[in-house]
Amino acid sequence: MKKVIMGNHAVSYGVRASEVKVISAYPITPQTQVVELLSEMCANGEIDAKFIMVESEHSAMTACVGASAAGARTFTATSAQGLLLMHEILHWAVGARLPIVLANINRAVGPPWSIWTDQNDSLSQRDVGWLQIYCESNQETQDTIIQSFKIAEKIKLPVMIVLDAFFLSHTFEIVDILEAEQVRAFLPPYVADKQVDVTESHSFGNLASPDSYMELRYMIQKAMEDSREVIREVDEEFGKHFGRSYGLVKPYRCEDAETILVTSGTVASTTRAVIDEMRDEGIKIGALKIRVFRPFPFEEVFDVLSKAKKVAVIDRNISFGHHGIFFQEVKSALYGRTDIPIAGYIAGLGGRDVTPTVIREIADKAISDKKPEREINWIGVKE
Amino acid sequence: MIEIRTHGRGGQGSVIASEILAEAFFREGKFVQAFPAFGVERRGAPVVAFTRIADGEIRERCQIYEPDHLIVLDPILIDTVNITVGLKKNGWIIINTNRPMEDSELLKDYRVAMVDANAIAIKYGLGSRATPIVNTAIIGAFAGATGLVSLEAVVKAVEEFVPMKKKDNVKATEEAFKSVEIIEKK
Repeated sequence: MKKVIMGNHAVSYGVRASEVKVISAYPITPQTQVVELLSEMCANGEIDAKFIMVESEHSAMTACVGASAAGARTFTATSAQGLLLMHEILHWAVGARLPIVLANINRAVGPPWSIWTDQNDSLSQRDVGWLQIYCESNQETQDTIIQSFKIAEKIKLPVMIVLDAFFLSHTFEIVDILEAEQVRAFLPPYVADKQVDVTESHSFGNLASPDSYMELRYMIQKAMEDSREVIREVDEEFGKHFGRSYGLVKPYRCEDAETILVTSGTVASTTRAVIDEMRDEGIKIGALKIRVFRPFPFEEVFDVLSKAKKVAVIDRNISFGHHGIFFQEVKSALYGRTDIPIAGYIAGLGGRDVTPTVIREIADKAISDKKPEREINWIGVKE
Repeated sequence: MIEIRTHGRGGQGSVIASEILAEAFFREGKFVQAFPAFGVERRGAPVVAFTRIADGEIRERCQIYEPDHLIVLDPILIDTVNITVGLKKNGWIIINTNRPMEDSELLKDYRVAMVDANAIAIKYGLGSRATPIVNTAIIGAFAGATGLVSLEAVVKAVEEFVPMKKKDNVKATEEAFKSVEIIEKK
């Protein structure tokens, strides 16, 4: 049924449709309405799940690890500082190969305190081994939650779905809400092949000597590599069931584009409006949205960008002392295979608005610069 | 695309007003988007919320800087905040007030309509006498003055989005729809 709902609730409805068995969360800031609605759904019986309220995000993820190891489909949500507090246990979930799904609302990290959006919280968890998928609409958010459980359970790795604070989390728009009955054929109940069980003993998270640790790490990397195909298959199957698919990346008017803007999150959506405006002026420009960030879609990114003459990456994040993080990743996807100039633009940190005017400024700069003079361009920074 | 900016104060229901408006247009088959200007909400502080309405997918995901129309829940904001910044010429301004508007400077460039939403909200027991919740009345007035959306759709949206006193809110919406007054230039 189509309803006008906020992004946070799109997450909650996706979780409801996925018939999770355990939700654990810290209930206070930086928490959002995601778990507020989920706790109501658990209380009124809409979801047949155990809701475990805990005193910190570290404990929330720990409870998810325990529940997932016991064979339950498990979910949590957090944001900014909350995600950072989970860091240690994010590693645990990966090492134990647990298919937990987490929704992170992208909020800037303090101090100075901010409740507004940027991507440094989730991107600072880049190397823990969670899959990361960035959404641009409330519909995509709900659908990606449902897809994520299927992906996670197939590859035995946890999945983080990421959405911009406010520009998605608090924005109301139309969502075709899926019910559990509709979703069950696509996402059957989770059956763990190994679980904590009092009748059959296994050891979980034991000591691994140098003789075996490396093999276990290799297997995680292998699962990540293989997950690209799984994500593709799950997305296609979702499309067959519900008529919507999203891809690992989403190119827009890139076929004959001389310049391509690379974006993620809600900026990707606004950028398409700017691309149309510039196309109407006869400028050959396109946009590439990166939806799946881990595993990084090297081939898809290369295939689209290698036909362009110039690439500009917009980052709502910064790796201090290096570059924008999507910029680094895109550059590594092109390295050694092409000499297309690529420039990075930092915009919208701490929730500063990335308007069509800002995107147009970046596009014009990217086109007029003969060769990018500096690899990092800060957009709209006041003197 | 129609872009509407709503100005009010924390506690008047400005954010819900932007959502009711979106829901009403959705019920008429439009694509919609509604969201607040993101801040740390406090009772009494100026609040801004936005609504976008279009015939196709809405791709802009940023605040509205050049609205087509304004909804103003607190007339004192006219003197304290530059509410018309970016407002397109000839755009509607729907104001909650009981003071005469015939001499208003706003009439030079904009179409103005007024409604005593405070009196209507108090009549139906919405909020308190000191801080009435005027969002449902002002949306009724918006529909009545502009004709951009039907009363029927607004009433259904009110029923969907208002958490309590649904019947009283519907009555307030209907009364404001009928009593909204379009100000003529002198």
